[in-house]
Amino acid sequence: MQMNELYPAGERLTLGTVTFTPEDIIEFARKFDPQPFHTDAELARDTMFGALCASGWHTCAGWMKSMMAFQKREAKRLMAEGKTPPRMGPSPGFANLRWVKPVFAGDTITYTLTPREFRPMASRPGLLLNTGIAEGINQNGETVLSFETTVIEYI
Amino acid sequence: MAQHVRAYEDFAVGTVFPLGPYAMNRDDIIAFAQEFDAQPMHLNEEAASKSLLGGLAASGWHTNAAIMRMMFDSYIDASTSQGSPGIDKLEWKKPVLVGSVLSGRSTVMEARPLKSRPGMGIVRFLNEVENQSGELVCRSEFSVIFAMRGDEKGAA
Repeated sequence: MQMNELYPAGERLTLGTVTFTPEDIIEFARKFDPQPFHTDAELARDTMFGALCASGWHTCAGWMKSMMAFQKREAKRLMAEGKTPPRMGPSPGFANLRWVKPVFAGDTITYTLTPREFRPMASRPGLLLNTGIAEGINQNGETVLSFETTVIEYI
Repeated sequence: MAQHVRAYEDFAVGTVFPLGPYAMNRDDIIAFAQEFDAQPMHLNEEAASKSLLGGLAASGWHTNAAIMRMMFDSYIDASTSQGSPGIDKLEWKKPVLVGSVLSGRSTVMEARPLKSRPGMGIVRFLNEVENQSGELVCRSEFSVIFAMRGDEKGAA
């Protein structure tokens, strides 16, 4: 089955949640983004953020992780119903990514995807280019992350 | 120490900061994918060779994180960085295959003081990152907020 047969455009899908522990925040940041507000709770207090918060790239990776969990759940469900899950390819990129609010240590982020368009690729028969709005929302209902995502789907 | 800290004023339009080299090895690619992006094209050589990527390749989010590290090592460390509000556009142009060595540059496209936050300025960058064969693998346009000199609150 194709994405557009399963998930109507404009309908928000809840992908999953990720809790950002201080340990996970620091481990990711030490590897990829060792700015003091991502690696040291003490030093973070004196910055504009006021407390230890996740690298924006960690927040994004959390969206992808939730997307994978969603696809896995959906594949299981569809196969149990005798249907073939959609076959997803790579992504050419994204646009208008906003880290709207910091993700602080202890926050639980619920990630969503709202599909927008499913378009055959003129240059590549057999492929669709899907677009949608990706979002992350914290436990207080505040949006922390949003971006326009694109992904290739094999027909 | 103050004179070594890079502040908003050091990001004049046209300034170029070199990025890398940064090696993307197999173990790191698989470890990142297992945690965040567990698709066969990022985990398994055989599945990857049949995918559009044509071989085992890093998650795009791994590539982005690696580029962040290259930026940190080049100019974010010992700067007055206040973090980034976001990315206007990012394109994964080619797969980052196992063994790729990435390098490139950040070019300052625009810099202006922030009216809403006195003492701060926003700098818009263009990132171009290539593999060891000189092929563009990732291109992005994004902004970072830096404190101006004299207000080094939050400096590394």
